[in-house]
Amino acid sequence: MTHLSGSTVITIVVMVLGATVGETLISAAMTRVGDLDEIRAKSGLPGAIKAVVTSPFLIAGIACMAISFFSLLFALSGADLSLVAPATNSLTFIATAVAAKFFLKENVDRRRWLAALFVAAGVALLTR
Amino acid sequence: MSSHRLKFSQYLMLVFIMLGASIGDALLSRGMKQVGPVSFAHMGLLLHALLNPWVMGGIAVLISFMGSYMTALSWADLTFVQPATAFGNVVTALIGRLWLHEAITPMRWVGIACIVIGVGFVANGPSKTEQVALTGGEGA
Repeated sequence: MTHLSGSTVITIVVMVLGATVGETLISAAMTRVGDLDEIRAKSGLPGAIKAVVTSPFLIAGIACMAISFFSLLFALSGADLSLVAPATNSLTFIATAVAAKFFLKENVDRRRWLAALFVAAGVALLTR
Repeated sequence: MSSHRLKFSQYLMLVFIMLGASIGDALLSRGMKQVGPVSFAHMGLLLHALLNPWVMGGIAVLISFMGSYMTALSWADLTFVQPATAFGNVVTALIGRLWLHEAITPMRWVGIACIVIGVGFVANGPSKTEQVALTGGEGA
């Protein structure tokens, strides 16, 4: 039985929240920027890069991903990677589907819920 | 709900998203084995590692992966693109099996099957939700 301390659980929750909010913000940023292929066709690669890096949602998203990453480093000092990585990765897939439905207003139909559950289970089994 | 039909180039980008992260990680791993173990006492070795051709290749692949991922998010839903990234775990496991001769336990085969089924579910559906209010200039 792997030792699962209270602080590890809190850290995993912070990691999942950070990754989920980060992914959601980056997705929101890219939706607002618009089709990057079209922007690149119009104003070249520098134009596309400029459109992306000046998006406030993207900067906030990357900040959240950074919080998640440093939480991972913190969690690894107290728990095994074989526990933390599968738990965090698979929970993030489910949390992202919930966030995409409510915040991005994506059409998360039964097919996508099933996909999130299958992928989460698969990742948990595979990285164990 | 109408589905946005993806262009061939967009399918290619999704395939790269599936493979890019694991190829990048594999290149980094190969390079770092050549560099040798890095301890806290010798952090300078990490800068030296940046000169290793395998590490450089891995970083280049990972940067293009991030670019492709963000590009895909600009024309597809997060719940469409994100499951595809999980496919990288399958590729990593198979690379480990074929290239490094690691054993794959029955549990891991079940995990591989779950990911393939899950990714197959979304791949068959529409890639982008119609959102007039959010995206505004859709198809402009």
